[in-house]
Amino acid sequence: MYQYDSYDQAMVDARVEEFRDQARRRMEGRLSEDQFKPLRLMNGLYLQLHAYMLRVAIPYGTLNARQMEALADIAEKYDRGYGHFTTRQNIQYNWIKLEDAADALADLAKVEMHAIQTSGNCIRNISADHFAGAAADEVTDPRPYAELLRQWSSFHPEFTYLPRKFKFCVIASAKDRAAMRLHDIGIRIVQNAAGETGAQFYVGGGMGRTPMIAPLVRDFVPIDQLITYAEACLRVYNRYGRRDNKFKARIKILVHELGAAECTRQVEEEFAHLLSVGVEPPREELARIAEYFAPPTFRHPSESWDLEQLQNKAAGDPSLRWDDGFGLWVRRNTHPHRTQGYVSAVISLKPVGGIPGDATADQMRIVAKLAREYSFDELRVMHTQNLLLPHVRIADLPVIWAALDAAGLAAPNMDTIEDIIACPGLDYCSLANARSIPLAQRISERFAQTGRTEVVGELKLKISGCINACGHHHAGHIGILGVDRKGTENYQLSLGGSEAEDVSLAKITGPGFDEDGVIAAVETVTDVYLDARADGERFIDTYRRIGMEPFKEALYG
Amino acid sequence: MVESRDLGTSPDEVQFRFRDDEPVDHGTVTVDSCCDQTNATAVRIEPGDDARLLLPFLDRLALVEVNFPSFTDGRGYSAARILREADYTGELRAVGDVLIDQLSHMRRCGFDSFAPDKRLDEGDAARAFATWDNVYQRATDTRRTIADKRHEA
Repeated sequence: MYQYDSYDQAMVDARVEEFRDQARRRMEGRLSEDQFKPLRLMNGLYLQLHAYMLRVAIPYGTLNARQMEALADIAEKYDRGYGHFTTRQNIQYNWIKLEDAADALADLAKVEMHAIQTSGNCIRNISADHFAGAAADEVTDPRPYAELLRQWSSFHPEFTYLPRKFKFCVIASAKDRAAMRLHDIGIRIVQNAAGETGAQFYVGGGMGRTPMIAPLVRDFVPIDQLITYAEACLRVYNRYGRRDNKFKARIKILVHELGAAECTRQVEEEFAHLLSVGVEPPREELARIAEYFAPPTFRHPSESWDLEQLQNKAAGDPSLRWDDGFGLWVRRNTHPHRTQGYVSAVISLKPVGGIPGDATADQMRIVAKLAREYSFDELRVMHTQNLLLPHVRIADLPVIWAALDAAGLAAPNMDTIEDIIACPGLDYCSLANARSIPLAQRISERFAQTGRTEVVGELKLKISGCINACGHHHAGHIGILGVDRKGTENYQLSLGGSEAEDVSLAKITGPGFDEDGVIAAVETVTDVYLDARADGERFIDTYRRIGMEPFKEALYG
Repeated sequence: MVESRDLGTSPDEVQFRFRDDEPVDHGTVTVDSCCDQTNATAVRIEPGDDARLLLPFLDRLALVEVNFPSFTDGRGYSAARILREADYTGELRAVGDVLIDQLSHMRRCGFDSFAPDKRLDEGDAARAFATWDNVYQRATDTRRTIADKRHEA
């Protein structure tokens, strides 16, 4: 994975000192809170309901064991012994003191990490396919391009006071595991017929109160013009994005109001101009970065097993519980690897009844140790708020599972109804209208108790505690949105969303429910699905085939 | 040009200046007026103005002020770069809600003088101008980027 050189390190160190200076001026009263706010936000420091929240960037969701251990240390030293992994592949600490913030940032800098631009109206942490460099189906590893974008966007002098926040996502396969088209800019790295590498640019997607699927603006940007094209998009947005209304300020509104064709025209015009100015980094820089992402030295297939061999060996060992323990986890939580004898293994942060995305410091250390011993010192944070060991030898799976199981990290529920994405909600967030976490906890408990999780199979449930949609409810097969109705929490149910390559936005079923009611409603919806599903159909397939009516009928009829 | 005195900043109001020439003390006009008049040498850009309208007149302009009514409105950064990319060599002055923590970015976008509404602490400003030894991306200044330095022969 990428390693800082002395330049990268100096940039992060300088940023820590700059923030220390800003915090000092704030404490001396020389910066007003209004003046300080955007500065602390650009260093990841939010003011929440109860305390400051620090959001730490994990670029494209990749980190090593030492970094994960540093995150554990920060959780213990400055917080309450845990952290919360987010849909932006970041980690958040919910109980940080302002006077500790600069020290926490300095600790991060020691392990090549930072909280730069994890908030504020600037280019945020770049996300990517969490299976990058491992997935069997990718054209290339998307992370070198994400790292090139990270460097370009860090402290960008022109784009630090944009109309609103700005999120990039980079993938490199036909499958979309990163909600690419629901980003301000989604980039898919592709190869053309001539075998040249380029980038598809999807511009103007997003969730929030006005969800939009990004249209394709350019189907092939030559890879040595990637940064120039991104700069052109950002300049058009910086100049013409709406600033009169915070809720209409994202680029999706500009693209929607201009239309994709006019938006493309303006971007292309700026692009042609910027090509003549010359803003692209030297070509060798991408090659330099890519070297850090060279595949690790995998063992020969003869030194591992395939999944059939694994089953044969494990089925004879009762301690592994092939049918309902280890085997279930292997079937649910592993993902095909490009290298024979290997898989990627998902570490669920969704134990039944737990808080989605939370991990204790001890759990982080256990995961770090496993990464060091069994996954070439590499870890990923998934946008589904889980962790991932990207490169695991199939023969090592039994020992990994046993360690995870002992740490409460082996829930076999990837992409099931227990694998809920939920925002922090009213338990932490000052914007929320309703609680998300307790609802997620109760739903996962309910489905685990009735044994229905496995029966239902793939079903992506996403919960947001307000219309800002941090819990991605628009993109859930089932989405739940918490609203405030005359002072009481009320939950709107929606169906049919997807963040994958079959991207779609969910539609509201009808009137909302109270907390008990929405849990019952989710069960009703799965009843309808189980009754109607044809062989091999996922929930979303059945919904698309039969439409909303049968669900409405069952819910309100 | 009756409006001019009210519109622009005077050389006295400039707190930081990175030019050796004498500051012009001419009347400053709006972008619209500048496009209509043939003799204006100083113009003031508001956030909603299209800086590209000025491109035909750059030869005769000695001062362009870019107003930041609020520091959170970043359109002026793009305006500055657009002018410099078109080879404007006159004074480019950031005026209005110009604060310490925006100085280094403004400098990179081509501003070479600063007339903040409220005078800034000299020590804080000196630190801010010198914050970044190195830069990641190409901008209007001619500094070699980190990537350039990494790949020097």
